[in-house]
Amino acid sequence: MTAKLAERPAGADLVRSGIRAQAANSSFAFVVRAAAVSVFVILVLIVVTMTREAWPAFWHSGLGFVTGTDWSPSADLYGALPFVYGTMVSSLMALVLALPVSIGIALFINEYAPRRLRAPGVYLVDLLAAIPSVVYGLWGVLVLGPFLLPYVQKVADTIGTWPVFSAVFGGPVGLKSMFLAALILTIMIVPIITSITREVFDTVPADQKAAAVALGATRWEMVRGAVFPHSRNGMVAAVLLGLGRAMGETIAVALVIGSTAQITTRIFAPADSMAAVIANTFGESSGVNRAALIGLGVVLFAMTIVVNMAGQFVARRSGRKGAGT
Amino acid sequence: MTVPAALHVPPTEAPPTALATEGLGVYYGDWLAVDDITLQVPRHHITAFIGPSGCGKSTLLRCFNRMNDLIAGARVVGRVTYGDVDLYDDRIDPVQVRRRIGMVFQRPNPFPKSVYDNVAYGLRVHAMTEDLDDRVEDALRRAALWDDVKGALKKSALALSGGQQQRLCIARTIAVEPDIVLMDEPCSALDPIATGRIEDLMQELRRDYTILIVTHNMQQAARASDYAAFLTTEVDGDGDRRRGKLVEFAATNELFTHPQDPRTENYITGRFG
Repeated sequence: MTAKLAERPAGADLVRSGIRAQAANSSFAFVVRAAAVSVFVILVLIVVTMTREAWPAFWHSGLGFVTGTDWSPSADLYGALPFVYGTMVSSLMALVLALPVSIGIALFINEYAPRRLRAPGVYLVDLLAAIPSVVYGLWGVLVLGPFLLPYVQKVADTIGTWPVFSAVFGGPVGLKSMFLAALILTIMIVPIITSITREVFDTVPADQKAAAVALGATRWEMVRGAVFPHSRNGMVAAVLLGLGRAMGETIAVALVIGSTAQITTRIFAPADSMAAVIANTFGESSGVNRAALIGLGVVLFAMTIVVNMAGQFVARRSGRKGAGT
Repeated sequence: MTVPAALHVPPTEAPPTALATEGLGVYYGDWLAVDDITLQVPRHHITAFIGPSGCGKSTLLRCFNRMNDLIAGARVVGRVTYGDVDLYDDRIDPVQVRRRIGMVFQRPNPFPKSVYDNVAYGLRVHAMTEDLDDRVEDALRRAALWDDVKGALKKSALALSGGQQQRLCIARTIAVEPDIVLMDEPCSALDPIATGRIEDLMQELRRDYTILIVTHNMQQAARASDYAAFLTTEVDGDGDRRRGKLVEFAATNELFTHPQDPRTENYITGRFG
């Protein structure tokens, strides 16, 4: 064996292998590359074709398409602002409600729960994410909405009659509302925010947590001093990705938001969102109306891309070991 | 083989005790990792714990500020007395124990915050925020770091060198005015120059604090400590699991020049076993 090795000239085994192996290698590289490129091509095609389909509506309404507040296809008016407003407000409300819950769940699973409860905890949260959104919508309109209605009514009758507060909590109260939509969205985005924040909390070095504890910090002080500062960027990324998810949610929102294109600060009033109005009215639309709905899709797409890119950007920055001051 | 003589000859009379253990043992699950340790740690001196890897030096050190509480399955038997109390008494709040008995770790582990906030963290936790700036400065001065960082208090602690980070961790620990500082191989991640500075600092600090240091470096123990405990591993009777045992505890120069136990002598002269 050693004799044979010695006979072979040094470097003989470094020469390129046969034609066939090389061909297989380069064709595999081609397939992989094509798959990667196709994602980009599909993205560009969607933007181009959607914008072309929506062009009649953009042409018809001009800038008024995004600033106008009147949406009535019968009068040929296409002002999308109520939908933009509904999408943003329902998503932001959901975010405000979901964030503390998600951080709480993530901290409980990582720092407080007994070790044997960790895996089931993670599994349960992931299971929430697996429920189809139409089921959330149906549950919202058939169970959660009717259950909450009397309480919502009470809030509107008390807090809703106070000055200033009436602008937000005032009646009349409906079963379907911005509030119900936000609540359903909250439940839907809790899993994604929880799982991202939990993974970020997991990356906090154990010796930093030990340092806080060794200084006489309680568990909460340890979380505040060692876990949160280390996880700030990751938490922002989780928020933005959760927001992107909430903004794009369609069928659940369509079932519970009330399909009323209006801009009101009253959260118990019905509203509408961009994705919901597309789902609810696209079937019967034609002409400029159809183009306008596609235009809504283009605007929504642009908004979610911005939010998601911001989320990815922050997530990547948090991946780098750059500490804040 | 020459043995480096200790720099500090401790007084012949035994000084008052800062910490004492009695029949102290630590279990990880059903494995007895450290067995039957009885010793008295003198106040305002530096006591070194030496011994081969796996002899339970760090495990023993972590008994003194109840850091073993954080390890799932760890259980302590016997007594650890601090002042008049048993640290493992049910009424004892481990959080308060750790405020009195601080710890510096093997790897420098500053928080990803500014230099200032690193030192201020413990002070804020313990509501010692009166004259916060002065307290931070004082701690940094006592840790011999002030001159290095006084112009960069708001800069990230992670921008400091390893040795500076470790001194920052010492500053952070002494800022909350503990009685006792535990050091778990504080120089093992540092170069010789940074190590020398930490050892000098320890000599400064022993006037105000009782210092317990775990080290695998015998020269360091000989140079820097007043008392030394030698631990070794013993193979368990019923299997291949090892347990840490205290072999000898004495003034450092005694231990290094006249070891009473052949195992100590073998270890310090380089014959392991």
